[in-house]
Amino acid sequence: MRGATSAKWVAGAAIIALAATACGGGKDSTDNSGAAADPAGVFSYQSSEPQHPIQPANVMETGGGRITDVLFSKLVDFDAKSGAIENVVADSIKQDDASHYTIKVKQGWTFHNGEKVTAKSFVDAWNWGANAKNAQQNASWFSDIKGYDEVHPEKGDPKADKMSGLSTPDDYTIKVELANPAPYWTYKLGYSAYSPLPSVFYTNPKKYGEEPIGNGPYQFVKWNHNQDFLTKAYDKYAGADKPKNGGVDFKFYTTSEAAYKDTVSNNLDVLDQVAPSGMATYHQDLGKRAVDAPQNSIQTIAVATYADAIKGVKDRGKFMQGISMAIDRDTITKTVLQGSRTPATGFVPPAVKGYLADACGEYCKYDPAKAKQLVTEAGGANASISILYNADGGHKEWVSAVCSNITQATGVKCESDSKADFKTVLDVRTNKKVQSFYRSGWVQDYPLNANFLKDLYGTTAAGNEGGYSNKTFDDLTAKADKAPTLDESVKLYQDAEKSLYADMPAIPLWYYKTNAGYSANVKNVTYDTFGKPVFTAVEVLKK
Amino acid sequence: MGRYVARRLLQMIPVFIGTTLLIFLMVYSLPGDPVRALWGDRPADPQAMARLRHEYWFDRPVLAQYWHYLSNVVTGDFGSSFVTGRKVIDVMAETFPVTIRLALIAFAVEIVVGLSLGLLAGLNRGKLWDKLVLVITLLLISIPIFVLGFIFQTIFADQLGWTTPTVQNSDDITQLILPGAVLGSLSFAYIARLSRTSLAENLRADYIRTAIAKGLPRRRVVGIHLMRNSLIPVVTFLGTDLGALMGGAIVTEGIFNVHGIGNTLYRSINQSDNATVVGIVTILVIVYLLSSLLVDLLYAALDPRIRYA
Repeated sequence: MRGATSAKWVAGAAIIALAATACGGGKDSTDNSGAAADPAGVFSYQSSEPQHPIQPANVMETGGGRITDVLFSKLVDFDAKSGAIENVVADSIKQDDASHYTIKVKQGWTFHNGEKVTAKSFVDAWNWGANAKNAQQNASWFSDIKGYDEVHPEKGDPKADKMSGLSTPDDYTIKVELANPAPYWTYKLGYSAYSPLPSVFYTNPKKYGEEPIGNGPYQFVKWNHNQDFLTKAYDKYAGADKPKNGGVDFKFYTTSEAAYKDTVSNNLDVLDQVAPSGMATYHQDLGKRAVDAPQNSIQTIAVATYADAIKGVKDRGKFMQGISMAIDRDTITKTVLQGSRTPATGFVPPAVKGYLADACGEYCKYDPAKAKQLVTEAGGANASISILYNADGGHKEWVSAVCSNITQATGVKCESDSKADFKTVLDVRTNKKVQSFYRSGWVQDYPLNANFLKDLYGTTAAGNEGGYSNKTFDDLTAKADKAPTLDESVKLYQDAEKSLYADMPAIPLWYYKTNAGYSANVKNVTYDTFGKPVFTAVEVLKK
Repeated sequence: MGRYVARRLLQMIPVFIGTTLLIFLMVYSLPGDPVRALWGDRPADPQAMARLRHEYWFDRPVLAQYWHYLSNVVTGDFGSSFVTGRKVIDVMAETFPVTIRLALIAFAVEIVVGLSLGLLAGLNRGKLWDKLVLVITLLLISIPIFVLGFIFQTIFADQLGWTTPTVQNSDDITQLILPGAVLGSLSFAYIARLSRTSLAENLRADYIRTAIAKGLPRRRVVGIHLMRNSLIPVVTFLGTDLGALMGGAIVTEGIFNVHGIGNTLYRSINQSDNATVVGIVTILVIVYLLSSLLVDLLYAALDPRIRYA
């Protein structure tokens, strides 16, 4: 009796709650574009506590990454929409030959403490970041530079503290010699690891990390640990993208639900990503202030070629193609994922240099009949597969949808293999214990097709955990890395990409979108291909 | 009395060592390599991993790690987090005050509201008030705390606009009232029920009848004779609940974005950040032990028959 009563009440409470939310939404729906802006206004942004002290070569996760991005300006940056590379602190970058670069640094840039930004600010920072002693997470970003193996040997202490490939003939020139030719090395210069550092950094890097001094559009004000990170616009900023607001307050949220609620109630100005629970209603809740923008990142399911279930299949390539064709990407992205993703047509997302339209062709299109035929021809009709994923990342729904697609179309038994968190999944992957397939994904480091291919599918690439090996691909990428110009390299990488569809190391599923929005206090909020807002363009409304 | 307290305090030492060891082992046995996880999807740098492992003792046997940790804790050094590199003591100094405030608000809510409801129901046994309290408490006990948090957010912030849906500044005590009320609501339901039963029972006891027969005013009968005797089970509950409130704030802190130990603990467990988890839980254990000692001492104050030698 007791149980029955309480059940009734819970049901009642749930109905009340649902009704209440239904009334809550859609209060006002303008995008604020007409209202007057206050150039000194500070806006808040959904963030999370940085994992480490702010040192550009050590920042890898989103929380610290976004903060580093506004505090530092690098030599180059990428256009928010097209992803095209643009000079920022660099005046010019000249490629003398495949492995020699001359970089001219613009004069007139200063750090937030007044120190001039010179060639040395960059070179010293790179040498420090590469040094094995400093155990920086992004150290491998410098591995193209000649002399990296001296400052960062495989094992043991560094033999030198400077990379021999870097020199500064004068205050505003950097000469770079790479150990191996890399025609697209300039793209890497846009990553946070290549930020310049002021000389005060080296006196106490740890203390600096608590009160960082950069050269970017915003300067550090205060870091209330676990609460927020406050910045203000730097008035002597030398870049073209001068902030149109007074500063950014990075407010830390542990749950995206709380951040979403705060934006809907105008207590948080700019969202990073809408909470899963808000996906169904955010267009209604935020009206014209809801934003959808393409992001250069991809979700795939990769194959573990060493797994028994896969080895049992006669023709793995055909099997993969068949499985790929069994997946109805359009329906899943529309229904299960509520329109938050775009079906993938290849391994490289659209706003990336070297994107090939429809690269995957028919193999990424839903065709259950052909799928069954291919799987049968491959001798895999009786196979049973599983997809490994982490249960804490909101993947469960689409994994089951993909699995039921596969079983329905081809008869191949498919089940989801969930592990508690990403850490556990990583363990399984590095120890080569994956049953057959695993969920994989890639967010761009820089918008170039090589970044989506080489580090993931090369036979010896560290990111290739499935043991995939494709000689044509390896040859083409090796050739592309030695190409004299960027354009030739991009072309060769396109050929390399095409060669992947013959036996598919992974099945491209969909590209991510930034699903976000902003409050009634700000306007002109746009997002770039990394999924981060264009901070300097945001305008705060006059109160 | 003094000897009793000393004995209890001494007993805390083995409990302390046992719990820290257990928690240490539990975090250690969590699957996945926490150092590797720092790199996420990206290929990790073996050099940097080895350096981190060495610096934070991950490359030693687990018992050696524990011994290293414990011997530091004895000197007041709770170590530092391998993820953030920050001293755990600093992290605790920031987060504990927030959670203590939150727990105290919840505590105050449950004492004031819980006891008044209990009194109301207990003195009116079987009447409308009693039934009403029963229904309210039943409702509260049966609703999971995150649903309650969500309903409160919707009603008080979205509909009435009295407050913001989440806490904007965790150091501002007025903003903690809403999450505090949510956190304390489950317990006040229990307190209301506990005190109601115990009051209703004692109301029929011989000494109450005697007191009434002596012609004592009703206020004195209820306020002194009845309350004092009926409070013993409630005090027991309150004592253990203080610890539970602090440790159990994880869900509430998540919903309202309160930057207290709950949130920190949750994140640290996810990152297998042993130093932070063990540090926080150790303090929680001490709070728990001290509050239960306080409860035992309060018994003596409430019930003259109980004496500690």
